[in-house]
Amino acid sequence: MPERPGAWLMGTAKHRAIDLIRRRQTLERKHEEIARDIERAQEGLDLDTAIDMEVGDDLLGLIFMACHPVLSKEARVALTLRVLGGLTTEEIARGFLVPVSTIAQRIVRAKRTLAEAHVRFEVPGGTERVARLASVLEVIYLIFNEGYSATAGDDWARPALCEEALRLGRILAELATNEPEVHGLVALMEIHASRLRARVGPSGAPVLLLEQDRSQWDRLLIRRGLAALERAESLGDAMGPYALQAAIAACHARAATAAETDWPRIAALYDAVAQLAPSPVVELNRAVAVGMAFGPAAGLELVDALVPEPSLKEYHLLPAVRGDLLRKLGRSDEARAEFERAASLTQNARERELLHRRAVECAAEGLAG
Amino acid sequence: MRVLILAKEGDQSASATPPTPEAMAEFQRFNQELVKAGVVIGDGRLYPSSQGKRVRFDGKKRTVIDGPFAETKELVGGYWLWQVRSMDEAVEWLKRAPFDGHTFEIRQVFETDGM
Repeated sequence: MPERPGAWLMGTAKHRAIDLIRRRQTLERKHEEIARDIERAQEGLDLDTAIDMEVGDDLLGLIFMACHPVLSKEARVALTLRVLGGLTTEEIARGFLVPVSTIAQRIVRAKRTLAEAHVRFEVPGGTERVARLASVLEVIYLIFNEGYSATAGDDWARPALCEEALRLGRILAELATNEPEVHGLVALMEIHASRLRARVGPSGAPVLLLEQDRSQWDRLLIRRGLAALERAESLGDAMGPYALQAAIAACHARAATAAETDWPRIAALYDAVAQLAPSPVVELNRAVAVGMAFGPAAGLELVDALVPEPSLKEYHLLPAVRGDLLRKLGRSDEARAEFERAASLTQNARERELLHRRAVECAAEGLAG
Repeated sequence: MRVLILAKEGDQSASATPPTPEAMAEFQRFNQELVKAGVVIGDGRLYPSSQGKRVRFDGKKRTVIDGPFAETKELVGGYWLWQVRSMDEAVEWLKRAPFDGHTFEIRQVFETDGM
């Protein structure tokens, strides 16, 4: 793949020039232009013209416009799927399990907001570009996660969201070739998508990562994900949050069996994530990795420090993780209480079942010991 | 959805006229466009069937047959794996390919999960 920094700079320069000319024009004229840009993009959605539409700075400008921070997250997602993903309003509504009229309204309002805010059709440069690109990546990842975390697995519209996000990410990776986080996000999505087949058991129950049948993982997507991660690593000095999460996913993807997982590396990567974007949930993940890498006592020490954290008060995974570590340490009674607490906090029926089973097992172990 | 494009070009070694540099460049341009549009997720070219083998299964018996194989028109010279939204989209893309002669076959890949 030829890198095109030259073309990128030229494109940016061209848009700056267009921008200058546009600034001289009247406000109404600007509104008309934005409306036309969007209309044109939507007209371009019939198959023939969509394929004919040149993939280049025009498309990149459109992505940046649809993901403009002036819009709400929901509006950005809807507009991106409609204008760039080529999904119909009905398909978007199905994907997000909301009424068609809601999506239609969101799109109409989004267009109006863009016009009123005088958002320019352009590829932003300089410092603005960093923030705008972050918004684009966030929208794509939101679309992916909406499809990925869907519990209604038999609905075709949900996996379609994963496909759409992946495709947008792949397109973006070819347009913004020098952005490490774009490749980081693509790597993350490719590797996560590689596990889609293995995530659901025959009865429809979710299968946890470490219990998945790894022969079901999609080798092609793993290979693509690892290649994208390599690209991200070769571009940046320090890894961004997406590349770091992709690197964690890659540790699992590289392990032929769950027992071969490189937990010390995962713990180190979570440490790096925590430094970039500290959060109690990241810290809990780090504790799990530390527990796997250096023994349950080391993990429990980190989890115990999180117990007073107010934002985790109702979070079922905190007692679930704590119960797991306590159980490994042979403290069955305490473990049972934690599993019961976790079961009372989860919203998911299947998960509740699993946690209750763990609690019963702990009780039996307590009696035996 | 994923589709597999089978290039039924026959054995490359058997082809009388190798592609011109212009034709190669034109193909590269087309392939580039596909990659940029997020369509191509895998591809490959195959060696001539003279280097291929076939294994036939009959009960417990396995028979290994050396290439080259006779059914020239049906032989696959290369493949693409595409991610598209519909069979129509795949057909539209393929129709734009700068090929002359030969047949290209589009087959949807069976997926349980929609991916």
